Amino acid sequence: MNNLRGILVVGETEGGKLNPITHELLGGARELVKIIEEEASLLLMGEELAPVAQEGISFGADKIFIVESPLYRDYNPDSYAHLICGVCKKANPRLCLMGHTDLGREAAPRVSARLGAGICMDCVELRVDSSKQSFVQTRPVFGGKAMAEITSLPGNIQIDTVRRKSMSPISPSVDRKGEIVDLTNEIDPPMIRAKLVNQRRQESEGIDLEKAKVIVAGGGGIGNREGFERIKELAQLLGGAVGTTRVPVDEGWVPHSLEIGQTGKIVSPDLYVAVGISGATQHVTGILGSKYIIAINKDPDANIFKVSNLGVAADYKEVLPRVIESLKTLIQ
Amino acid sequence: MEIIVCIKQILDPDLPPAKFMVDKERNKVIPPEGIPFVINPYDALAVEAALKIKDEKGGKITVITIGDKSTEDIVRKALAMGADEGLIISDTIFEESDSFAVGYILAQGIKKIGRYDLILCGRQAADWDNGVVGSVVAEYLGIPIVTRAKDVKVVNGRVNVERVTTDGFETFELELPALITVSSELGQARLPSGWGIIKAASKEIPIWSGKEIETDISKVGKKASRNQLMRLIIPSYERRCEFITGEDLHEISAKLTSKLMERRIHE
Ligand SMILES: Cc1cc2nc3c(=O)[nH]c(=O)nc-3n(C[C@H](O)[C@H](O)[C@H](O)COP(=O)(O)OP(=O)(O)OC[C@H]3O[C@@H](n4cnc5c(N)ncnc54)[C@H](O)[C@@H]3O)c2cc1C
Ligand SMILES: Nc1ncnc2c1ncn2[C@@H]1O[C@H](COP(=O)(O)O)[C@@H](O)[C@H]1O
Repeated sequence: MNNLRGILVVGETEGGKLNPITHELLGGARELVKIIEEEASLLLMGEELAPVAQEGISFGADKIFIVESPLYRDYNPDSYAHLICGVCKKANPRLCLMGHTDLGREAAPRVSARLGAGICMDCVELRVDSSKQSFVQTRPVFGGKAMAEITSLPGNIQIDTVRRKSMSPISPSVDRKGEIVDLTNEIDPPMIRAKLVNQRRQESEGIDLEKAKVIVAGGGGIGNREGFERIKELAQLLGGAVGTTRVPVDEGWVPHSLEIGQTGKIVSPDLYVAVGISGATQHVTGILGSKYIIAINKDPDANIFKVSNLGVAADYKEVLPRVIESLKTLIQ
Repeated sequence: MEIIVCIKQILDPDLPPAKFMVDKERNKVIPPEGIPFVINPYDALAVEAALKIKDEKGGKITVITIGDKSTEDIVRKALAMGADEGLIISDTIFEESDSFAVGYILAQGIKKIGRYDLILCGRQAADWDNGVVGSVVAEYLGIPIVTRAKDVKVVNGRVNVERVTTDGFETFELELPALITVSSELGQARLPSGWGIIKAASKEIPIWSGKEIETDISKVGKKASRNQLMRLIIPSYERRCEFITGEDLHEISAKLTSKLMERRIHE
């Protein structure tokens, strides 16, 4: 592919607004286009996109590609892959950025397979190499035990998914100018072979993990479903959200939407309290952005203490009930 | 039902960080001595998903892997779990292939096998954590795909897939043939039975070369790679951990309480 130019961000919206990951990707794209001296564009698909397009411009997009159709209102693996391919062929970006989200995890590999693009999944850092001809992406591999630095081929389109919270949005400005390009009639209708027949959200009580300032997370050491009642109680007292590791999810004590880590959510609270968590790299990779980490584990050699600021080497069953009782009297 | 499951041999993902080492000169992982490679845990679950379908509907399961002779162990493991046939695709020209090349090689192998209704892969290989190959195979074969399944059912010649999303579940219905990638939420992979192990031990496992699957050599190996690994490093996330100490659990709990009071959210 020749004449590649600029960076295309695949936008995600929720309730008529851009998703935070899209703000982050636009912020990241701005940093990169400053160096390559090209444009950052944003793809928006779905319905009633005009206000979202303005939001995209204020968060750093120079150009907005719009595909407005009920076909793209809800995510579908076939229609989205088809659409993103179509827009990449029109826009010819050097780099196409998606979030490492439900959408990106599924669409990016398919789009790259169809376009012959390079691909890096779950990038946490992205820069332009010294020749300004290729991109250098850093991504955790081996469950977070190592970091790989990977360069793209000059002259070939590169597709990356980016982990949440690894890029920073710019402060939005309504004075920013941008161009809106409507591609609705230029994309053939998709062929849908995977039909969505049912959709269920898992009840997540209380605070959204990804936005929470305080998280109390319980691991395999909690032992059973009842034990999680203590975790919930502590989370409530601290004004925080409940999180977990793979083990309690596998055991069926808590829903998978609370899992934190490589295959779960990426969190960055001010305070992370890890209870009965061993500190496997696949979990730790998801909590590195936490400002302060407190760990309670009965094994003083547990790996979690290596990444914590404060440690309590004790049985949580001895400690938490006492802590909860005192907090109750102190707070009320 | 003809089911094909793609399985990969990897370094044990549960290896403790202290045992994980890299050769910085060559950007390669140094496998610790005496610790055996394992079947990618998601691929073991893909085998499990195939076996569940076979238990209910009957059919034949073929497991296929790309790798050297040592991958025989994971193929035998899948056979012992209950898969019917095993196949290794092996050639020096495949060395250092990227996800696209691996997807291409698998697709060529699958075309040579010829008959298939369902292809199952893991959601990602827990070594390089890409999660790309399944999609590439589906694109090469021109078949539909849904990723991250927790449940795969064949009903009236179609496949019903319940998959996990970040905040819930979605169910898709696809025409066969289709490719599905499997996530950890599927449950647990069954252990090989005694009889399964005995049967698997004597089973012949064919090895196909690049030529036998009609490989276009421009599509495989290092030179076909669309990305280049520049550096592989072991990061350090260590913080200085201060331990709370005290006479007894009362005192420790009290100290912890005051730390939490300092850092809680004030409304
Ligand atoms: C490919 C792959 C992806 C993965 N992705 C993720 C992911 O995204 N997120 C994730 O979390 N995991 C993930 N895992 C799993 C991960 O490797 C670990 O198995 C998991 O994080 C372990 O959870 P745990 O520490 O809670 O449980 P365990 O390993 O069971 O550890 C329990 C800990 O609790 C302590 N303990 C026990 N009893 C008590 C008590 N009474 N009081 C105090 N402490 C106690 C023990 O000392 C131990 O340290 C993944 C694994 C693989 C292979
Ligand atoms: N060398 C291989 N041999 C067979 N199957 C593979 C191989 N590499 C990857 N796969 C399949 O593709 C899935 C995703 O791999 P990856 O894209 O490398 O994360 C794995 O879970 C396997 O099902």
